[in-house]
Amino acid sequence: MIEPARDLTPDRPRSPLFLQRQSYRLRRLMDAARFLPVLGLLLWSVPLLWSIGDEETVSSSGALIYIFGVWMALILAAFVVSLRLRLGGDEPGAGG
Amino acid sequence: MITLNALVAVCLTYVVFLFSVAFVAERSALRGQVRWLKAPLVYTLSLSIYCTAWTFYGAVGSAARSGFEYLTIYLGPSIVMVGWWWVLRKLVRIGRSQRITSVADLVSSRYGKSNLLAICVTVLAVIGTTPYIALQLQSVTLSFEVFAQPGVPSPEEGARSYTALWVAFGLAIFTVIFGTRNLDANERHHGVVMAIAVEAVVKLAALMAVGIFVVWGLSGGVAQTLDRIDASELGHWQMNGGRWAGLTLLSAAAFLCLPRMFQVLVVESDDEGHLRTASWAFPLYLMLMSLFVVPIAVVGLDLLPAGSNPDLFVLTVPLATGQEGLAVLSFLGGFSSATSMVIVAAIALSTMVSNHIVMPIFLRLTGNGASVSGDVRHVVLLSRRLSIAGVVTLGYIYYSLSGGGTALATIGLVSFAGVAQVLPAMLGGIFWRGATRVGALAGLIIGFAIWLYTLFLPSIGNGALSDMIMTQGLFGLAWLRPQALFGISGLDPLLHAFLWSIAFNVIAFITFSLASFPSPLERLQGAQFVNVFDHSGGPRSWSGGVAQAEDLMIMAQRILGAPEAQALFEREARRQGARGMLPDPSPDFLETLEKELSGSVGAATAHAMVGQIVGGMSVSVEDLMAVADESAQLMEYSSRLETQSNELSRTARQLREANQKLTRLSVQKDAFLSQISHELRTPMTSIRAFSEILRDTSGLTASEQNKYASIIHDEAIRLTRLLDDLLDLSVLENGQVNLNLRQGLLSDLLDRAAAAANDGGHDLRIRRDVRAEQVMLNTDLDRLSQVFINLIANARKYCDADVPELEIRVSEEKGLLVIDFIDNGSGISAEAQDMIFEKFARVSDRQAGGAGLGLAISRQIMTRLGGHITYLPGRSGAAFRVELPRNFVVPA
Repeated sequence: MIEPARDLTPDRPRSPLFLQRQSYRLRRLMDAARFLPVLGLLLWSVPLLWSIGDEETVSSSGALIYIFGVWMALILAAFVVSLRLRLGGDEPGAGG
Repeated sequence: MITLNALVAVCLTYVVFLFSVAFVAERSALRGQVRWLKAPLVYTLSLSIYCTAWTFYGAVGSAARSGFEYLTIYLGPSIVMVGWWWVLRKLVRIGRSQRITSVADLVSSRYGKSNLLAICVTVLAVIGTTPYIALQLQSVTLSFEVFAQPGVPSPEEGARSYTALWVAFGLAIFTVIFGTRNLDANERHHGVVMAIAVEAVVKLAALMAVGIFVVWGLSGGVAQTLDRIDASELGHWQMNGGRWAGLTLLSAAAFLCLPRMFQVLVVESDDEGHLRTASWAFPLYLMLMSLFVVPIAVVGLDLLPAGSNPDLFVLTVPLATGQEGLAVLSFLGGFSSATSMVIVAAIALSTMVSNHIVMPIFLRLTGNGASVSGDVRHVVLLSRRLSIAGVVTLGYIYYSLSGGGTALATIGLVSFAGVAQVLPAMLGGIFWRGATRVGALAGLIIGFAIWLYTLFLPSIGNGALSDMIMTQGLFGLAWLRPQALFGISGLDPLLHAFLWSIAFNVIAFITFSLASFPSPLERLQGAQFVNVFDHSGGPRSWSGGVAQAEDLMIMAQRILGAPEAQALFEREARRQGARGMLPDPSPDFLETLEKELSGSVGAATAHAMVGQIVGGMSVSVEDLMAVADESAQLMEYSSRLETQSNELSRTARQLREANQKLTRLSVQKDAFLSQISHELRTPMTSIRAFSEILRDTSGLTASEQNKYASIIHDEAIRLTRLLDDLLDLSVLENGQVNLNLRQGLLSDLLDRAAAAANDGGHDLRIRRDVRAEQVMLNTDLDRLSQVFINLIANARKYCDADVPELEIRVSEEKGLLVIDFIDNGSGISAEAQDMIFEKFARVSDRQAGGAGLGLAISRQIMTRLGGHITYLPGRSGAAFRVELPRNFVVPA
């Protein structure tokens, strides 16, 4: 009879299913930290959709404002996340 | 107009200032005042070496030529920094816990300390970085020219080389002084980091000053500037989508892989917490660096005559508007960008070249092997210094050979694409445990080869690849055309090369990883890297000072013992001139402590223990193996010790037994001496007394005289017998006895012995088996019967049974005749058994029958006759066994 594969990492303490409110917040903050670069990449890919060469091209000033706007928003978000994200929050599995 | 001399003076002043900043930082670090050196801000600013002169000057040039493309170079790193939680956090943790010294070291460590991989990465890094250094030299030279001859666009070749040579020389000196000042295991250079932090401020301030001047001074405000941009030839978004995405990814990859970036991001990192600050502060820095690029480019295009070099707008725009001070500041900004890049790149490359190429060769040549003692430190330093000089020289040579033409301008991205080849091996190494050395090697080599063929060689201008290859492909195969592999033409050459090299790199990396099997060390390292957050503890604060010293003290006390450790720490504290008990954990002190500890626990263990406390790093597999080696040696040594001590204790026990025996013998000898003197004295006394009576008393009757004379006679006989016994024994012992061999029947012999022993005195029943005694002997019958008589007489004398009885059994065993004499008395006590055959031994003083020589004589006789006499323990009474060969042959 084949033993069903249960936990492949038995020596790792199993994380609890539900967390205290504080730990929960911390986890979501880590998620936010992971999400930020993806968001940045997405937003900065938007210029790929802008048309080139015809009448309705985006003006340079508009492009500058958009790109730097995204940049500042990202910096602000990273700042907020970094302020609240304690480095103690790297429990097993959080490494991604 | 500012003169060239004034500019050189400004430059030199600035360099002196940098030297002093580095020097002060280095001194503070030595004195342990590292707090301000370890501020997150310093870390963030040190990252700014990403912005080299290529970006300082070139960004504006690029904007003037191709619009917004320059932004991609900053967007990639911004994404990487904002996404620090994914990659950088892990890299820094691994770097700290594994004591990684360079990007080559990271890759080699991950894949089982493979030096081949390290060499590959090093070669790649050197080839990718050398043109980049040349680019920095070029930009400094060009900026000098702007001031030197404003009217003349192209000065003579000699002057250029001259400037570049001096710059290269000065940079090499600075790097050697501050980059190889000490050989720190952690490869941290506080002086250099502080200097580049200062340079970061200078270049940001310079670029922003020019930008502010352009926006508010020349254009009249933000709104007007935006209008002006829209009205210019850059007025519309005209970005190639492929390049936009591709360059963003490329710069993100290069940000992680560039040797100099790895140096400041990971190697010089003191505290993971700094990443938190840098995650938003460095994108902010990048954003500010790029904010004014487009306005400067637009204004430059407007203001300056057509055909002026847009790469130098940052300098020429202020100069053209008469802002010389601003121009000088801007010049210093460019100078800072160039110098800080060259310094850090030279340090990073020299670490790799020295650790992975020079030192292995040196060690192999000198035959030192792995057992290196401390005396190679100066060799390491020398090889570092030579490597730095070599790297800078290579950059200069490249600059001279390329002639400083426009070919260099594209080299920045070419270089990026080259070092990005490390990315698959690096990311695969830290996220995928299945990545193997073979896979990494295959990916690197294939990616590197494609990059070399499709991008690097075509980029370095004429001659590297012939026109025929470029247009018709290698060996005339059209699908091997460098810029149209597989017949897919029309792609941007850079994107084409990046796409194909990375694609094949990744495919080879994954395929070969899947197909190969890693070595044990590789698997261990893989687990350590991928699961670094499980293995290493939370980040320790690098608070320095007291906390560490206390930890060290606690550890040292455990190992050295409390008083010794306290004495050591006090001595060191006094030597450092510190008050109190705890010295600062300076390198000197740590070295001393490590030496002390290694005396107790072995060098590798000591290093690991001190490292654990001071560096906050986990123990690497190599450390563990060294520790295991040491403990194996210790165990072997201790098992040998144990064997020796067992042997010793056995010998000691034997010695103790021998000593006890000797003591008993000596006691007996003493006892016997008094005994023998008593024995001799008693007959002598009576002889003397009765002879005096005979002499002095007159009128003795004849019967009285007869009686006294016979007493004297008897006593004399007793004396004689005693002396005979002693003489007999000494003759037997010295082997001077003459044996008188005759034939005889055992039963006759026993008859005679029983008769002789039994005459007079209480009767002893003797049980015999006469049939068994019908044995013919050929031996000295008289001597043998002497033994029998002695045994029977002893039984008669000492048997304490009510009805004394002696049994004589005769048997044969292993060719020897065995005769047992067993009585029914209480026997001889165990402790006396091994003494009874000694001379003068007597079982008890109960009956002063003889002098205690009988058994000793018997034993000597039996030895002479080729047999033994032994006591048989465990019988009902006293039992003696006589063994002798039936046919005695005198030994030759």
